[in-house]
Amino acid sequence: MMISELRFLAPELSLLGFALLVILVDLLVKQKRVLAGLSIAGLVVSAGFTVAMWGTPATDIFYRMLAVDNFAIFFKLLLLAAAGLIILASQDYVSRFKRFQGEYYALVLISALGMMLLVAAADLIAIYVALELSGISLYVLATFLKDRKSTEAGLKYLLLGAVASAVLLYGMALIFGFTGRTCLVCIAEYFQGMPGAGLLNNPALLMGMVLLAAGFGFKIACFPFQMWVPDVYEGAPTPITAYLSVASKAAGFAVVLRVFFVALGSPEWLSLNWGVLFAALSAITMTVGNVVAILQNNIKRMLGYSSIAQAGYLMVGLATVGMAVGGSAVGQSGLLFFIMSYAVTNLGAFIAVIAISNKINSDEISDYAGMGKRAPFIALALTFCLISLIGLPPTAGLIAKIYIFSGAVQHGLLWLVIVAVINSCISAFYYLRVVKVMWTGTPASKVKEVPSSWALRVALALCCLFVLLLGVVPGGFIGIAEAAARILGS
Amino acid sequence: MSFPYLSAILFLPVVGLIVIALLPKPQQRTIKLIALISTLASFALSIAVFCLFDRSAGFIGQIQFQEQLSWIPAINAFYHLGIDGLSLPLVILMTFLGVLAVLVSWNVQLRPKEYFIWLLLLETSILGVFCSLDMVLFFLFWELELIPMYFLISVWGGGRKEYSAIKYVIYTLVGSAMMLAGILSIYFTTGSLNMMELAGLDAARPFIPLAAMFFLMLVGFAIKLPVFPLHTWLPDAHTDAPTAASVILAGSLLKMGGYGMIRLCVSIFPAVALQYAPLLTALAAVSVLYGAAVTLRQKDLKRLIAYSSVSHMGYVLLGIFALTQVSLTGAVLQMFSHGIITGLLFAMVGLVYDKAHERNLDNLGGLARQMPVIVAVFSIAGLASLGLPGTSGFAAEFITFVGSYSSTVVEGIRVYTLLGVFGIVLTAGYILWMLQRVFYGPPLDKFNKVPDANNVEKVCIFSFVAAIMLVGIYPAILTDVIKLGVEPIMRLLGS
Repeated sequence: MMISELRFLAPELSLLGFALLVILVDLLVKQKRVLAGLSIAGLVVSAGFTVAMWGTPATDIFYRMLAVDNFAIFFKLLLLAAAGLIILASQDYVSRFKRFQGEYYALVLISALGMMLLVAAADLIAIYVALELSGISLYVLATFLKDRKSTEAGLKYLLLGAVASAVLLYGMALIFGFTGRTCLVCIAEYFQGMPGAGLLNNPALLMGMVLLAAGFGFKIACFPFQMWVPDVYEGAPTPITAYLSVASKAAGFAVVLRVFFVALGSPEWLSLNWGVLFAALSAITMTVGNVVAILQNNIKRMLGYSSIAQAGYLMVGLATVGMAVGGSAVGQSGLLFFIMSYAVTNLGAFIAVIAISNKINSDEISDYAGMGKRAPFIALALTFCLISLIGLPPTAGLIAKIYIFSGAVQHGLLWLVIVAVINSCISAFYYLRVVKVMWTGTPASKVKEVPSSWALRVALALCCLFVLLLGVVPGGFIGIAEAAARILGS
Repeated sequence: MSFPYLSAILFLPVVGLIVIALLPKPQQRTIKLIALISTLASFALSIAVFCLFDRSAGFIGQIQFQEQLSWIPAINAFYHLGIDGLSLPLVILMTFLGVLAVLVSWNVQLRPKEYFIWLLLLETSILGVFCSLDMVLFFLFWELELIPMYFLISVWGGGRKEYSAIKYVIYTLVGSAMMLAGILSIYFTTGSLNMMELAGLDAARPFIPLAAMFFLMLVGFAIKLPVFPLHTWLPDAHTDAPTAASVILAGSLLKMGGYGMIRLCVSIFPAVALQYAPLLTALAAVSVLYGAAVTLRQKDLKRLIAYSSVSHMGYVLLGIFALTQVSLTGAVLQMFSHGIITGLLFAMVGLVYDKAHERNLDNLGGLARQMPVIVAVFSIAGLASLGLPGTSGFAAEFITFVGSYSSTVVEGIRVYTLLGVFGIVLTAGYILWMLQRVFYGPPLDKFNKVPDANNVEKVCIFSFVAAIMLVGIYPAILTDVIKLGVEPIMRLLGS
């Protein structure tokens, strides 16, 4: 029954309702803070509906268009949390937009909606539609500052995004042409009974798989589709940069995991191939990200390259999934835990950057000198998040790396793990450079500081709290990641 | 459940640092007192553990004061603490140096609140390394130590401090990267992270060759110890670190490397250790001689002491891979002894520099008249370093050499031992030469107003001297304990 299945869409529908409400209320009220409050309320309501569905048996709805399982719910909660933190942190930033504050909040909600559909999509068509829904709202958000850099960022993102979509669509078309189906489970069924197995015997399938990887590679910003990242990250409003680097990337990984694991996850001749593909891309991605990050002087660009490197570590998990044919779900759960810890860490870092750039009106790392004296708590929070990005204790980053790498070692990717840990050493160099500048440099001025809003401080404190919790008592969180990973494809 | 001694020792400094962090605008004196009290409490508890530690033969190879709680079930990791004869001396060494490091820092004026927070965190992380029996927990503490050390060097250091700090971090990270790969491969060979269960690992189908795991682990420890040619971070880090950080770095942090080698290399892979012992003892001899030769050429007082550490840690490596009961005991004793002697030497260099504002040997001279106490203590430390009988240096080096010379399991060990012994001659050379150039000779006018040590400093340096003498005169106080930890390794080696 279609109508009764609508109840599974309660989180998305409520979020859509609130997004429309924000636009309407925007016409009526002068005090724009109300809109932020309304958006947060919408996210909380949606999160409430989502949590209520945790643990329900996995099903498909709308003729296998969308999946309802713990995996989707895990990502939906993550996306809602990220959107909520972004809206809190935007409080210090939206004053820069002369107009359209209402649209800003509404677009954040709608892009979250698109991503929530994306992580649940179980059909190639649904995936494409959801991808575009989230993508188009993000293109608009990237241009929101309306200055030269921001416009350039938005346009670049739009053009490259459109190319990626086309590539993705072509890949989907090939897969569809090959199998005659669009739903992921049906595709998997086709491969199970496929005559003349072997990837090299089927160049169209090979081509389709590569194009799918390329299209999604744009979304998760893996090599060689990472070129847009630094420019877009630098030009876009900082909260949107944070949103792109966390939510969009998490949703991208969710959909890659679902497509490749559910549709192309077995038999072995299929999955081993993309496992090796992702392993190689992972090694190159993290190396490129880390090495180029060393050269950056703008903190947003630096964090952009760092997020490319982090995507490389995440792809270690993808590669593990491919190598672990019919084996344990340690690749999936490692990936999910890493995304969780990456999300809180990177959000924390960006929120601190928002707070600091509000004070000094600059994103240059050299202008961060003496921040330890001018704004000790924010500098401390940023330091803590950067330490987590390196992967040092007592933070989420270390546990996430140990966990995801342990899965990879177990499935014969020791070489990749060695590449990854050496990359972590390289990354220490540029992350610590920021730390050094903040704590050992002399402050450029003694100007009275702009105090951060309480909303931003709450968001920052929440991020740091979770970075610490995930690093010291990770047991429960890993349990959640395992529960979410197990349901996938079972 | 009995009183969790180890957790208390481990986390008392953390309690201290939280109190310091939470005090709004505290007085400098209050900060220092809190730091002193928390480290003293930790030291007192470790002494209590030392007294309660059961030395009877029934406890050979037994872990005492165990605490075990589930931590990350997904990878079978536990919050698992415990000590045996190997780790107990090092725990005491760290808590002892922790107290003295606070005293050494009594004059720190620059951002004291942060300084003591980092110092206390450093103590906890090093203690954690010595107390952990779970490899992931061990790794966590191993990495944790980097953060406070990075800040201590880069903010409170001198010279090229930022360069030295990052060099230190990168070197250690590369080592721990290898170590993580090693730990994971051990884990997937056995499914266990418990160091005690893993001793004498005998896997029919290892994940990767055992020798590969052995070397993955060893590189991490060899960087920390340090072993030639992986030592180049050490002179920089030592020279540019503030005095207290140098004391802890030389005194306790380097020992993490030696401890790791015994606990995670020799004891888990005894057969591989036997196979590669000739290579490693040869490296030890090179470390000793190269370190000593380079030390002879140093002009900077602090750099001189730093290079002497490279040489002295060579003895530890020699003792470990001579693989006899006596030599291993000597190696552990040497770690303890080097900890207090070099700790004292760095403290003395810090004092001299504080008073005379000069560290270059060419510009120093004739200080004996102005600072008689400092001269006396510096000389004692120097003589202990070159192994004068009656000091801990003699006991440790003597036992090490006797043990390694009589080793029958390692080929060519006698040659390496003799080469190592020659290192002592070089040590005598640079120590005596240094003392002469700094303190003797005609008094220089520019140092006329230089004061001697004050009371806090005297308490601090006399405690060092007392410890050096105690271990020198009655080494059995420690060797009785160490024996319990070394014995089971001998059984694994089959002798």
